[in-house]
Amino acid sequence: MTLINEPINRGEIRKKYCRFKRHGIKYIDYKDPNFLLKFVNEQGKILPRRLTGNSAKYQRKVAQAIKKARHLALLPFVTDGLK
Amino acid sequence: MFQRNYETVFILTPVLSDVQMKDTVDKFVNLLKEQGADLINVENWGLKKMAYPIEKKTTGFYVLVEFKADPTLISKFEVELRRDEKVMRFLTTVLDKHGIAYAERRRKGEFNKKSETKEEAAK
Repeated sequence: MTLINEPINRGEIRKKYCRFKRHGIKYIDYKDPNFLLKFVNEQGKILPRRLTGNSAKYQRKVAQAIKKARHLALLPFVTDGLK
Repeated sequence: MFQRNYETVFILTPVLSDVQMKDTVDKFVNLLKEQGADLINVENWGLKKMAYPIEKKTTGFYVLVEFKADPTLISKFEVELRRDEKVMRFLTTVLDKHGIAYAERRRKGEFNKKSETKEEAAK
């Protein structure tokens, strides 16, 4: 049972960065499932910003792209062992 | 007249013969041409396995069409897509300037090489 004030070591906490701002990616393609798989967990659910480190603007674009890909059956709505 | 860039991906049922598939794709391409859209690119991704079955089928024939068209033309085009029962599913999206730049680069085949890093994958 971790004590209240005991520092929980969540792995090395490195500063997360928004990959879209850093690499200058402007358009997220919904037709490219391999790239979108990076933002989806095992069950095919969209990962939250705190895990992907995306900025709000690009997280919204990623979410829209994933939903379009799901509509076109390029990505599953729900599955297990996606990766 | 004011034209916007659109791209449509639609999925045909796999049970068709190659001839029928080609005819269906040509039908939509000609439909667009007649109504004054100018085609930029038509790509047949061919039979692909779908992430989940649609209409009890697990594979589908994917077709991508990029075109510039008048916004009013889209509703007519989509009515045709809905009317044709060979088309299982379609998605029309408008391309903003970043989308146009990306589609341009994608056509030039910048992203096909396997060793692309993640920046190029979606830039």
